[in-house]
Formats: sequence, C-alpha cells, structure tokens
Amino acid sequence: MPDYKWPPKDQRRIIGKPVNRVDGPAKASGRARFSQDVRLPGMLYAALLTSPYAHAKVTDIDTSQAEKSPGVKGIQIISEPGTEIQWAGTEIALVAADTEEHARDGVRKIKVKYEVFNDHFVKEADLATAQKLGRAKPSGEAVTGDPDQAFKDADVISEGEYGIPPITHCCLESHGQVVAFDGEKVEYRPSTQNVSGVGGDLAKGLEIPAANVHVHQDHIGGGFGSKFASDRWGVETAKLSKKVGGKPIRYHHDRRTELEIAGCRPAIYGRFKVGAKKDGTIIAWESKTWATGGFGGGGLNANLLPYVFRDVPNRRFNHSAVSINAGGARAWRAPNHPQVSFLTCSAIEDLAAKLKMDPLEVFLKNLHYTQRPEVYRAQLLKAAEMIGWKSKWHPRGQSGRGPVKTGLGIGIGTWGGMGHNATERVTIHPDGSVVLEIGSQDLGTGTRTIITQTAAESLGLPMKDITLRIGDNRYPRAGASGGSTTVGGTSAATRKATLNALEKLFEAVAPSLGAQPDQLVARDGKIMVKGDSSKSLTWRAACAKLGVTPIEATGSNNRRSPGGLIAGGVGGAQMAEVEVDTETGIVTLKKLAVVQDCGMIINPKTAASQCYGAAIMAICGALYEERILDAATGRFLNAEFDFYKLAGIKDVGQIEVHLDMTPEHDARGVVGLGEPPVIPGIAAIANAVANAIGVRVPRVPLTPDRVLAALERRRA
Amino acid sequence: MRSPKESQVRKLPESGVSRRGFLQGVSLGGGALGAAVLERPAEAAQSGVVGPGEVSITLWVNGKEHELRVEPRVTLLDALRDRLGLTGAKRVCDRGTCGACTVLVEGKAVYACTTLAIDAQGKNIQTIEGMTRGSELHPVMKAFVNNDAQQCGFCTPGFVVAAKAFIDEHPNPTEEDVMNGLGGNLCRCGTYIGIRKAVVEAAKAMGGRNA
Repeated sequence: MPDYKWPPKDQRRIIGKPVNRVDGPAKASGRARFSQDVRLPGMLYAALLTSPYAHAKVTDIDTSQAEKSPGVKGIQIISEPGTEIQWAGTEIALVAADTEEHARDGVRKIKVKYEVFNDHFVKEADLATAQKLGRAKPSGEAVTGDPDQAFKDADVISEGEYGIPPITHCCLESHGQVVAFDGEKVEYRPSTQNVSGVGGDLAKGLEIPAANVHVHQDHIGGGFGSKFASDRWGVETAKLSKKVGGKPIRYHHDRRTELEIAGCRPAIYGRFKVGAKKDGTIIAWESKTWATGGFGGGGLNANLLPYVFRDVPNRRFNHSAVSINAGGARAWRAPNHPQVSFLTCSAIEDLAAKLKMDPLEVFLKNLHYTQRPEVYRAQLLKAAEMIGWKSKWHPRGQSGRGPVKTGLGIGIGTWGGMGHNATERVTIHPDGSVVLEIGSQDLGTGTRTIITQTAAESLGLPMKDITLRIGDNRYPRAGASGGSTTVGGTSAATRKATLNALEKLFEAVAPSLGAQPDQLVARDGKIMVKGDSSKSLTWRAACAKLGVTPIEATGSNNRRSPGGLIAGGVGGAQMAEVEVDTETGIVTLKKLAVVQDCGMIINPKTAASQCYGAAIMAICGALYEERILDAATGRFLNAEFDFYKLAGIKDVGQIEVHLDMTPEHDARGVVGLGEPPVIPGIAAIANAVANAIGVRVPRVPLTPDRVLAALERRRA
Repeated sequence: MRSPKESQVRKLPESGVSRRGFLQGVSLGGGALGAAVLERPAEAAQSGVVGPGEVSITLWVNGKEHELRVEPRVTLLDALRDRLGLTGAKRVCDRGTCGACTVLVEGKAVYACTTLAIDAQGKNIQTIEGMTRGSELHPVMKAFVNNDAQQCGFCTPGFVVAAKAFIDEHPNPTEEDVMNGLGGNLCRCGTYIGIRKAVVEAAKAMGGRNA
C-alpha cells in the first residue's frame, strides 16, 4: 500500500501554490453551463402557481381555461383540493408550455378557490404572542453548575436582549432543474450541491429505482446549504414530464418564489444575563432564546450557548421553538453559528462596557472556557494588530465630538470541517492521458482546482495534463457539499486514488528501468529511479509500456480513518472598524480583519476567496439583509432584489484576510474552509457599532432606522 | 429611463408606434410625459398594434443577423437565452436590479431583462459570447481569472460585460472608480474584492485605450 501522507511542505510543487481556478476561463467567458442554461430538443418550459395566502385550504382548482391556453401542453396539480396551506408561496400547480410566456399565461388562467383562515402568525420576534397562540414549544431547561448562586457571587451582572432575523440564501441561480421522465428512466439536470445523492432523492419521490435516475450538472449558481434535495418542484416537474410523454421540462423559480420557499436561515432572539468578577472573568451565564425556522419551529442545541465559551461553569439555557406561517429553513452556511456568535459576542461586549473594560481583555480573560485557548489568543492578537486595536479602540461611546462616530468590535467562531466520504476513480491510459472521475460538485469554492492540483502533485505532472470529470452520478460517489466537507473529502480521495494508480504504473514499468517498483518516483513528468536520475522514462514512454490496457484505480476517503490527510475543528476571529453617522443612522464598514485557522492549504488563492466571500456575506447579514413578513397578509414583503438588500461592490469596505499557516496548522492535513469565515463577522460589526455610538442596537441588520431608534432610546 | 435622445435612434418594428408620433409626445419635455403616455394608445390604434401574438424581428447580435419570431413581451434576455442559445447572460432578478443579464447595446451596458427584444432591433447588440475571439479570452476575462474575481460564476458574465463597458468610458480607473462604476451588479458569493482588482488590471492591460 502506498504511503498516502502529504509530501513535506518544502517538496510540494503544486499543492500550496496560488494557481488560478481551472474553470475560471469557462466562467469568465460565459461558456460555463448551469442548469438554467440547459436546452434540450423538444424541451418545454414550466411555470409555477403558488399560494398567495399564508394559511388557507384549497377547496377547488379549475384548470379548464388554462388547458385551452395557447401553447399549454400539460398541467400538474401539486396541492389537490383539501390541502391545507401553511405558508404563502406553497406550490399549487405547474404548467408546461412551448414557451415560458405561454406557461405563465397558463398559470394565470388556473382558478383556485381557497378557504382563507386569516389566522396566520408570522411575528417571529414576538414570543409573548407566540406563547399565547400556542405556537411556542419550550424545549426544556438545561442547567450546569449553580447559576443562581454564581449570579449572587458576581461583582457585575450585564443583561441584554438581542435578535437576528431570518435571511434567505439568495442563490443567484434559483432552484430548479431540467428533467425528462419517460415513466421509467429520468434524465435530471438540477442545480444541486449533491450530485451523487440527489438522484436517489428524486427516485424516492417518483417511486422508481434510484439507478434509473441519471444526474448531470456542470456548474451550480450558488447553494450555500439550500440545494441538497430534489424538492417538491423537482418531483412534480418530473411527473409533469411523464404526463407530456417524457419531454424534457425546464423549471426554475422566479426570484419571488426563490426567496419565499427555497430556504432561509432561522431567526434567533434571546434575553441574556452574564455574571462576572471585577477582573472580567465570567462566572455565570443565562439565556432564554427562541427561534423559528418556519412552520416546523426552530430548535437550538444547548451546547451552542454560550458560543465558543462553552465551559462557563454555571449556566442556564432555555429555548422555545416558534412556529410561524412562512417558508421553511434550510442549512445556511454554518447553520446557527453566525446567529449564536452574534448573540454571545454581543453579551460579552455589553458586559465589558458595564465593567468599563476593553472587550479584547474580557475575551482574552475567558479563553480558558473555549476548546482552543491558544488558537484564539493568537488570533485575537493578530486581528487586533490588523485592525489597529491599540491605537484606535476607545471606551464605548467615547468617539469624540461630531456626528460621525467610529468604533471597533470583535467576533469569534468555530467549525468542524472534516472531509466527507468520497471515492475517486483514476484512469491512466497507455497514451499517457490521465482521467479522474468523481461524483462531486464545484460550488465555486474551487473543488475542481484543488482536485487537479492534488492529482498533479501526486503524479508528478503539470495540471494541464489532468482531465477531471465531476458532476455526474455515474462517477464514483462523493458526499454532498455541505459543512465544509468537500475539500477534505475530495483531496484525500484524490491523493489515495492517484497513488494507487501510480503504484500499478510503477509495477508495469519497473522491469524496463531495471528497478523494483518501490524504488520509483514520479516527478517533473517522468518516472525515475530514486537517487539515480540517469534511469528514467518520460510519463508518456512509461505509460506506453501498458500496451493496450489502461490502469484503473480508485481511492476513498473515510472520515472515520482520515489517516493524517484531513482533520476537523478550527477557530476564527474577526474585528470590524465602522463609522456611524448619528444624524442619518447609516453604518459604513471601514475594515474587516479576518483571521482564520485552517489546516494544510492546497490553494491559497481560492482559500482567500472563501474568506473574502464569507466576510462579505456576513457584512450583508449585519447591515442589509432581512426577510420582512407582513403581519396582515402573512406575505414576504421584500422578496425581490430591489428591496431585499445585498451589499454591492462599494458597500463592503476593506477586507484583510490572514490565514494561519504555521507548520503546526499544516501538519493537521486538510480542513474545510467554507463555513468558518462566515461566522464572526456579524458579531464584530454589531459590536463595533455599539462601541461607536455608545448604545447597543439590539437587532441586526443595523439599518439606519434601528440605529436612530437606539440613539433615541439612549437620549430618552 | 430611456432618454428622448436614445429614443430617436430607436428603430421600431414596422407596425410599431411611429417615431414622429412618439417624439411629438415627448417633445414638450419631462413635465408632459404623462400626456405622452396618454397619447400613445390613440396613436397605436392608428398605426396598428404589435402583438399580442408573435412578430418577426431581426436582431444584430455579435455581428450576426438573427431572424426570429417572438411575442412583443419577450425580453431581450429571454430572446438571447431561449431563442438564440446565448446563455452567457443570466436571469437572476428579472427586474433590473442585479445586472447578471448585462449586455452591450450600441456599446452601452444595458440590463437585457428590462429591454424588450423588439426594442433592440436595428441596434448593435454584443453579449459576452461576442467578447472572445476563438478561444482567446478578452483582457477583462483574463483579469477576472487572474484575480479570482469569481466563485460560482453566475454573476460573472454580467460583471465582465459591465466592466468592459465601464473601462471603455473610464480607461484608467482606480479601485475607487470601479466601486462607483460597477454598483449596478450584485454578487452573492462575495467576489467584489477580486473584481475591484481585476477591473483595474484589465484597464491597464487594455493600455488605457478603449478596446
């Protein structure tokens, strides 16, 4: 068995180099094909009718006019009469037509009668009403130590109420697919984070064998945790395809429907009480939180509060899951972590203000409660250096005279990121060509690039000599891309598969080099005898020795025996510098310093991009993004990009990224980086605003109205 | 909003509103726009209504003439993507907010999702597909690749086209200029830091000249 461990740092030629992403040219030139770009012969277009009511019962559906509408080829009723609707946007019926315009005409001609209940509840922040209506389900109390006594012993008790509303994933490529189902077999072109698994999910919905579904996807236009399943619209579009004789049908959500029903990040609200000694040591913690992920409510693991500082000795946790009539939650990049980071770090910053201490000191003082004190200490000090904490920090609210105030704030985070199970197949052909196949997907994180780098490193070839095929469920199975598991899973599988293939190649060519297979190495496009550079064959000449039979080998990552190639468990710290105009309430992010722990970095360029992108998503969540539900109608008021605000290129200030890359980090092997850097930013920005204006803005996003209201309360 | 000056060059389909009739409507100035709008149905009745069925139109895209039949309500974006197979421009917001559908019309960046295909007749339309020469990438594309100014890639074609139009008007931009000039496009993955650098680099590569 080959020795799979990563080559020592000083011997790596391609791993660790900031090479350009391999699919960059295809994406930059518009040639990259996404699910929405798929056009197949005879393809029909579908449009979806959704419920305008948040709580209603479908009593009658009349499709007779729609059936006669020009170009309409078929209609699939999704919510039959008798169906109870629990949120606006629920799928009612799909119409397939020769053009998308005709499909939309068909939708307009469907007559649906509803019994509207008008008792919907969408005020997720209003726990008292939720309790009165029986929509809040307590999940029990968790107590550690003796919080009551500890609060008595505390020199200072700080209390606060904070909240973070739902935001949506906003994938720029909306959910959907092109699908053809002839009653037996399915050709499926979804937009998915789960190439190897989504076919089986669709098959279940269609009650056919999983092997009958062929999934293919070249590129995905954003997922962020919302694209793992085939979804109702996938199953129903496939059924409609069968109805129209197996013709392919293209259906993707319009923007409103995408924001309404394709997933959101749950809201979490809470009341917090922190008790500490005069020197800043936290001794008691109490939280009463509630969360909603839609009609099903929203749970919260007690281990997540207090976040990171989880070993505070005396603590009490209470949580309620609130059910509302709105589209359901889905995993959103680092599920629950950005929310609990914001809640916890806000409580610590407020405690520091009450103690009249520098919050950096309070964070440092309590690191013994975390899983990795030394990592966080180094990260906090690094971030402080990057943001200029020593020279710029001032006590809360003491930003000087004038309407524009500046402030600094801290946020921290943690994540796992251990690679998923994955298998890759490598074929080395007698002509020297190398083909890798793996049923994975590249979300834009750089998966194609890091697989190609890993293979090139192992085989001693330039990257251009490697042909990589991903995005098809006929290739060996890889895990879904979620939880920062892809880089570890695919790189480890690639390392093993390529070295397994190379071992076979060495066996085939060793006689002609007059050496034993274990004396051979692959380097610089050659197979050579270790320590004797005069004995070598070019890669092509070596492969020619295979005659007519290619080498095929597989390699698998098994997360239960990572073999030193991959690891999990990281920390991160971020610090923000903001400017707040106290006359307009406008918050401007000046700078975000991002310090992130990770393992061995295969590509520093795409790794940095993950950090920049995550930081920008956090900025969006801190300053702009919010799902606003209308209490009267139960509808999502701002489910379009003109009113659901995302940051633009000018809104994100300066972002500086520091990735920890010491030999100790490198020795851990590969660790996922997708989620970790998205976690601390909201907390850092919210704390910076509190530091600037001298008062806590209790809810994010920190919109001008909220900032002004907080200032108003302080004056009152 | 389309300026009257732009309207003057607009070539309408044979059966559309006459140019003179339209200009009479707007010639009284902005304050009379309401009147212009009120006037239009009467004119339309005189000159014949376009649609609602399909009409034949001709589009000049990337230097090639395309004859197609579309309903008057079909946007330029949907015509390009679904009728001509030019899928580089993406449909994301479908209402002129995000810029993923950006194409060049007479050299200017335009949201193809809020332009009707019939209104784009007689104009020089350039899509991202028309920016490459064979397999040779445009300098803007190369700069996007070099600076990793893309992740999932769905907003990228719109950004590349908008960046080209921006550089044509601002041949020597600073990052600050780029931030002001490319506010009409949105990215969800968060590639703005790379885009700022890429556009400055591309402008330099293009030699401070319009290209």
